[in-house]
Amino acid sequence: MRAIVTVIGKDKVGIIASLSNILANCNVNILDISQTTMQDVFTMIMLVDISGLSISFSDLAVQLEKKGIEIGLSVSIQHEDIFNSMHQI
Amino acid sequence: MIRPFEIIETIKMIQEENLDIRTITMGISLRDCCSHDGNIARQKIYDKITRLAANLVKVGEDIEKEYGIPIINKRISVTPISLIAESSDEEDYVKFAQTMDKAADAVGVNFIGGFSALVHKGYTNGDKKLIQSIPEALSITKKVCSSVNLATTKTGINMDAVREMGQIIKKSAHLTSDSGGLACAKLVVFANAPEDNPFMAGAFHGIGEPECVINVGVSGPGTVKCALAKVKGADFETVSETIKKTAFKITRIGQLVAREASNRLGVSFGIVDLSLAPTPAIGDSVAYILEEMGLEKCGTHGTTAALALLNDAVKKGGTMASSFVGGLSGAFIPVSEDAGMIGAVVDGALSIEKLEAMTCVCSVGLDMIVVPGDTSAETISAIIADEAAIGVVNNKTTAVRIIPAPGKKVGDMVEFGGLLGSGPVMKVNQFSSKEFIDRGGRIPAPLHSLRN
Repeated sequence: MRAIVTVIGKDKVGIIASLSNILANCNVNILDISQTTMQDVFTMIMLVDISGLSISFSDLAVQLEKKGIEIGLSVSIQHEDIFNSMHQI
Repeated sequence: MIRPFEIIETIKMIQEENLDIRTITMGISLRDCCSHDGNIARQKIYDKITRLAANLVKVGEDIEKEYGIPIINKRISVTPISLIAESSDEEDYVKFAQTMDKAADAVGVNFIGGFSALVHKGYTNGDKKLIQSIPEALSITKKVCSSVNLATTKTGINMDAVREMGQIIKKSAHLTSDSGGLACAKLVVFANAPEDNPFMAGAFHGIGEPECVINVGVSGPGTVKCALAKVKGADFETVSETIKKTAFKITRIGQLVAREASNRLGVSFGIVDLSLAPTPAIGDSVAYILEEMGLEKCGTHGTTAALALLNDAVKKGGTMASSFVGGLSGAFIPVSEDAGMIGAVVDGALSIEKLEAMTCVCSVGLDMIVVPGDTSAETISAIIADEAAIGVVNNKTTAVRIIPAPGKKVGDMVEFGGLLGSGPVMKVNQFSSKEFIDRGGRIPAPLHSLRN
């Protein structure tokens, strides 16, 4: 099972460090990271493997969201199927 | 891997453009709940609904969290109650509505549909009793929705039922006069009612449906409007292509959610309904899509053509995205639930007559229309007859959900709250239709119903 973590906002020091820390604690493996600036907005997208997830998906979502608020960025996690089904036939 | 801009596009659609799944509706057959004793029948109904739908809300919420897509409503539709209740010797079916309400509360859904009767060719004893119970049933329950199908292309129009429903709507409004006639917002009169519609108030579980089924209604007028804003001034080919592509994306999410919900609940997947359903939220309006196409106000000349294009393009885009399409599948134009429609009525751009014309080219019909409280039952019946005629002759579903708001006059606003929104009171034709409605009987099926 794979999911996509999306980070949107203003670039700053330590985004990856703080998020990967949470992911590592929950036994989530980061498979790929890409980051770009789109229309002046910093966007980071992580593809993660959640098959070994040690807590519930919704708890992880809450933790990431909280961290996002703490560092002033919008952070969300969604199952990758929603993007696959919308953009790939 | 999916490209970053596609991920951002999806997130934007959800966060900024109000893309959501409007409803996951579980259809439940109650055909094995009949009994000569009403109490036994009601116990069976309650037990069956609460057993099959026990996890519906939880599964909906789980999917919502995991996929990051809001699922606004979780609902239930059941076999038309007249078919179940008529095995009992009871005269009054209000208690059946109370049982439905109680079961809906127990499982946490926000509406339950199916306090319904199918009388397009005539009444059974149970149909008569059910229809007579509607006003009280809808005034004392909170979550029960009712519908009556009184015409089909195959059978014509049951004008006795048309006459009676005018009276029933008046009575329902009267019994809920302190809330603006709210009971009428939970009552739909249909021609060619679909048996797998997931949307309220007209959802019921048709007699050809399986034991239990999941139907999903998508939404997303805001997403379509935003996509059109990017092709300002382009020709209609571009407009149509843009709507098709957007509808495809929206429907793919509906299909994903429907499959996932039916897997997790262990229930068969029915259909995805491709309707563009607006909400009172700013930016989630079908009227704004039509205005984005270049109309100063929804309701002006050109509105019917714009709506026809929209409706057709949504279907073309959506059909390919889902393995089973059904329900109403078309743009909804409920006045009180659509900020742009409300604005158009207030500004004098949109009238009942124009809405009637618009119903010829989109799904549903005159939906959430508030009219003056002193509108006669015969006038309401005549409005129903007109809509039924449009449905019957054009081989399509039409419906009327009309609220004669007690004590209100043209220009007043009536607040229903929540998704039902608030409706401006609209003008109706002042000339009488009484003698026409008093005739009764049936209007025969049109010639093109003879297809065999």
